[in-house]
Amino acid sequence: MNNNNETKGIWKVIGASSLGTLIEWYDFYIFGSLAVVIANQFFPKTNPTAALLSTLATFAAGFIVRPFGALVFGRLGDLVGRKYTFLLTLVLMGGSTFAIGCIPSYESIGFLAPILVLILRLIQGLALGGEYGGAATYVAEHSPAHRRGFFTSWIQTTATLGLFISLGVILLTRHFLDVDPAKSIAKFNDWGWRIPFLISILLVVVSIYIRLKMAESPLYEKLKSEGKTSVNPLKESFGNKANLKMVLLALFGATMGQGVVWYTGQFYAQSFIENVCKVEFDQSRTILIWGILFATPFFVIFASLSDKIGRKWIMLSGMFLAVISYNYLFTNLYQIADVKTKTEVLAKKEIKTNLTAIANSTDFIRKTITKTTFTDGMTMLQTQTDTAYAIPGKATIKPLIAISKTLASNDYWKMVGIVFLLILYVTLVYGPIAAFLVELFPTKIRYTSMSLPYHIGNGVFGGLTPFIATLLTTIYTDNKIVGLMYPIIIATICMIIGAIYISNKIDPAVDR
Amino acid sequence: MNAIKRYAGLIWIILGPLGIHYLLQTASAEIAKKPGIDTQIQWGVFITVFYPIAIGFILFGLYALEGNYDQLPAASSEIDDYQAKPL
Repeated sequence: MNNNNETKGIWKVIGASSLGTLIEWYDFYIFGSLAVVIANQFFPKTNPTAALLSTLATFAAGFIVRPFGALVFGRLGDLVGRKYTFLLTLVLMGGSTFAIGCIPSYESIGFLAPILVLILRLIQGLALGGEYGGAATYVAEHSPAHRRGFFTSWIQTTATLGLFISLGVILLTRHFLDVDPAKSIAKFNDWGWRIPFLISILLVVVSIYIRLKMAESPLYEKLKSEGKTSVNPLKESFGNKANLKMVLLALFGATMGQGVVWYTGQFYAQSFIENVCKVEFDQSRTILIWGILFATPFFVIFASLSDKIGRKWIMLSGMFLAVISYNYLFTNLYQIADVKTKTEVLAKKEIKTNLTAIANSTDFIRKTITKTTFTDGMTMLQTQTDTAYAIPGKATIKPLIAISKTLASNDYWKMVGIVFLLILYVTLVYGPIAAFLVELFPTKIRYTSMSLPYHIGNGVFGGLTPFIATLLTTIYTDNKIVGLMYPIIIATICMIIGAIYISNKIDPAVDR
Repeated sequence: MNAIKRYAGLIWIILGPLGIHYLLQTASAEIAKKPGIDTQIQWGVFITVFYPIAIGFILFGLYALEGNYDQLPAASSEIDDYQAKPL
């Protein structure tokens, strides 16, 4: 009977914590997923100051503010308790997401629009920095020691599921605003993009209601009643050598490798499929959606396994597999969509040209759409835009060329299979990490101590993966997969450090 | 194993400044190539963020070299015992 009550209690704790964390990730990702649409609404490229604010919103929120949020809310969580701190992060995240959906465009209110978006995006980053550590700590402190990996793994699924839901909501909204697909997309780009932001408030209200009814962590309550809570969590976490060395070990031996594997397997994979393989918008997203759907149960499976055999080697095996197979898997992704490996059906080739007159000029904007069909069923649309000059012999030096490929069913599922493998590595490194981090630090400074290495590893090392990888492809233009050098190097260093220094022991108790 | 832990510390101590040197070199080359404000902000953020991380990496190497990772606490609660020892 007691066991039954205990189990019921922990599921309530997991439900309340996971739902809130899921919503926070959803809120954070919809901004990233809609970056292009938001940029058009708030950060016109023609205005340098607005473009500058856009760069700040992209970089500052993920890389500076998240670790800062970890410090601010981690400290608060160790001073006043876990429950009210991660309630506050939820309110801040939900409120700022809803507010982004309400801001009038740059055309309506001018510079105030991008400034407001930047401020709200920074609040989002701050809130996310405080949320994860609180939720993981809260669940771990309710869990029995022998199943800590299993119970905290539900928190671990939320980051990937938040991405899954954000992609799903965006795709659904994009296609259901009008019966005509082209009109629906146009409406989405005009005002429909606000819907994913606005519906967040409903989810947040439900989550706040549930979290309000939850009790404080029993371990934290015990410390508080004994008067043993930390007076200065930041000093005790980072000014105390015994703890600081564990913070550094957590960062360099676990979270930095986890971060790059996480972002390569999900964000960079999707960006690679869309921008390098040139797979069309919907397919590049649904491939990721399927991959996530099939791989997500493995977060729970591997974390549960870590309760039996330890966390260390499961996490490191994820990094090892990533290091040895990334080049092969991404080369395969590229080859699947590579037209050089395919045979064109010449009889099905279609070319359409559209001319639009340029005001006060005798020239025209010429748009040439070429549809190519291949024997395996793949189709490719190439849209070339240039100027048709009235003066004979004059031509556009560099016409704009956009390519969009629609994969045949067989190739589509091959890509899903590869993305599934990439996300499977994510489940290996990420599934057990909450339990691993919780067990490294004592209760009174746990929130602060675990939040910082997590958000530097995940936010900085991981978050920078798509940017650095893309940057490398602009420097070494001949090599399509050169971007993988960054995650491979970071994961290798982390794997070596983890293998040499980390202990595979499971903390028998986290009750001090 | 403890000897490996300590000697590897030297590698981490060397990798920290090397990483920063590479970052600064790449940043200045990229800013010179594309001298826009966007590039400056982007690399400015990279340097601001990675500089303290590199210092942390050197510190990690130093701790390893000193033998601070020879014996890790078996449980998180053991860390409390070290409270009296400041940095």
